[in-house]
Amino acid sequence: MLTIATGNKAVAAAVKELRPAVIAAYPITPQTEIVEQIAAWVAAGELDSSYIPVESEHSAMAACIGASVTGARTFTATSSQGLAYMHEMVNWAAGARLPIVMANVNRALAPGWNIWAEHTDAFQERDTGWLQVYVGTVQEAYDTVVMAYRIAEHEEVLLPVMVNLDGFLLSHSTQSLETDCPGDFVPPFRLPHAIDVAHPAGYGTLTGPDDYFRFRWDIERSMRNSSRVIRETEQDFSRRFGRTYAPVEEYRADDADVVVIAMGTLGKEAEVAVDLLRREGIRAGSLRIRWFRPFPDLDLSGRELVVIDRDYSFGFSGILAGSLRARTRADPYSVIAGLGGQEVTYDDIAGFVRGREPGRELWFGVDRDV
Amino acid sequence: MTEIPREEFVLKCTSACAGCPSSLALRYVLKAAGHDTVLVVPACCTSVIQGIFPFTSLNVTVYNIAFAAAAACASGMSEAFRKAGKKTSVIVYAGDGGTVDIGLQGLSAALEREEDFLYVCYDNEAYSNTGMQRSGATPYGARTTTTPAGKTHPKKDLDGIVAAHNPPYMATTCVAYPQDVFRKVQKALSIRGPSFIHLLAPCPTSWRFSPDLTIEMGKRAIRSGMWILYEREFGKVTINSVSRAALKNPLPLEDYLSPQGRFSGIGQREKDILISQARKMAKRLIHEEEGVC
Repeated sequence: MLTIATGNKAVAAAVKELRPAVIAAYPITPQTEIVEQIAAWVAAGELDSSYIPVESEHSAMAACIGASVTGARTFTATSSQGLAYMHEMVNWAAGARLPIVMANVNRALAPGWNIWAEHTDAFQERDTGWLQVYVGTVQEAYDTVVMAYRIAEHEEVLLPVMVNLDGFLLSHSTQSLETDCPGDFVPPFRLPHAIDVAHPAGYGTLTGPDDYFRFRWDIERSMRNSSRVIRETEQDFSRRFGRTYAPVEEYRADDADVVVIAMGTLGKEAEVAVDLLRREGIRAGSLRIRWFRPFPDLDLSGRELVVIDRDYSFGFSGILAGSLRARTRADPYSVIAGLGGQEVTYDDIAGFVRGREPGRELWFGVDRDV
Repeated sequence: MTEIPREEFVLKCTSACAGCPSSLALRYVLKAAGHDTVLVVPACCTSVIQGIFPFTSLNVTVYNIAFAAAAACASGMSEAFRKAGKKTSVIVYAGDGGTVDIGLQGLSAALEREEDFLYVCYDNEAYSNTGMQRSGATPYGARTTTTPAGKTHPKKDLDGIVAAHNPPYMATTCVAYPQDVFRKVQKALSIRGPSFIHLLAPCPTSWRFSPDLTIEMGKRAIRSGMWILYEREFGKVTINSVSRAALKNPLPLEDYLSPQGRFSGIGQREKDILISQARKMAKRLIHEEEGVC
């Protein structure tokens, strides 16, 4: 059914299709609309989930963990401060191999109080063992939540997935949305290590170095498996619903001399900048990184790169730029832009490309001479 | 007399200290709960007592969880079991640090939401697992490694806090009275909604008494009136007979304090404060029982 929705409503609509047994969440701007919509559907009997209105994000994830290990499908959503507060349990969910799906509405971290888009909140969770995907449109938010469950619950993955959407820029933007009732795209959830009281077991008991080390390797092995599962799931999704996704969305990048690399809504904005630059005779293209964990394999040889980070690792670099330097031989022009919701237009992005200085870093609107 | 099942769920070869009250009490908690139980354990002595992976000394399913997370984890678990139509009992078994300090927020919220699980706080009045640091449950005057000159604040009134949430069932108990532990756990599990049991666990390691005195110290705690056995069922308080008798004719405080190294060097002023707190607690409970307050 074709309708219109905000990014938040699209996330909620996808969750409704997947019918988690237990949803535990705590409200935070700009995520609130997701949990309000879900709570309303549960109250109206349209969604047969148990909705636990916990007192904090730490408890939201703890409740999802307690439910998930019984073999129940779960969902939560958060943002920024909430994700930071949840951090301990974010680690726990991955270490316990529980395929929880969480929407994170990307927002800057205080102080000062700032409720607008930034990716640093999610990037601070990048080493926890969660798969991370960043979406650029309302439709993609819906489709990706659906795919996230199938990927997370796949027997060769069994890791949690964080679906990221930019605060306000996407969470509160209204776009068209095709809802397909895709519930059966995701097979029924079966957790191999679910609690079975007939066979008592100790979960998470004190674990010595040898076994602990093996468990860590097992997470990494599953993370590597997930690359294939993601590709297969996206291909299956495309066959069934006609909407195509890839771990990295390419736009006019085939013959490009200079490639803009960005994530989330900035990645969509970059596509408009590419068209603008092409009209000026600059052979530009763009790559939008969707899956940040597992980090994609990229062949960027022979291109000039302009990398836009809506985030920063202080004392190091933009986190996306740093990741690209680590995984490729690239030495990009690194642009730090959009922190705390700073407006970044396609004109601005085109300007970054025109004025690119490979190997240097620009703090957009703050310092032209970093 | 209550028939206590012979079946053991706390198996031999735990890694508990000699004279451990927490593993002994757990033995009776699990006998009362039976097979169809999941024990949710935050960081505490019981995290260690189970032993090292891939072995476990507990013959029920145990879900270990982060320090502050037990009540929320149990909430999610009991909701999931309910949705699946299962009657499995969910029991949190948490120390005092994980309850009165870092876990209090989650416990309060779970009580407010009326989640259907039993929360047992075994109270050894310190972070005993990590070598006897003070907790909010450490009594006035007690020496710990972080209160080397004696604690200068009274023990937090956990039961008062829990009672303010009006759970359908709450009780105190003590490891020295295994039948009391057994009966109260059975009763708690028979009642829908949240239930809470506060279990005094005299700990030889951190209270610094001889490990053969665990039961004796528990008995002296009750007989001196420093710990009162009672139940609050749907708001109605019943002081249990052993404490009713003790409060009429209490053992001298000295008999309870003197075997404990943590109270060595305690002055008369600290003793007076401990006695006055215990009397205040007794008075409040007696008034509640009589319906005066």
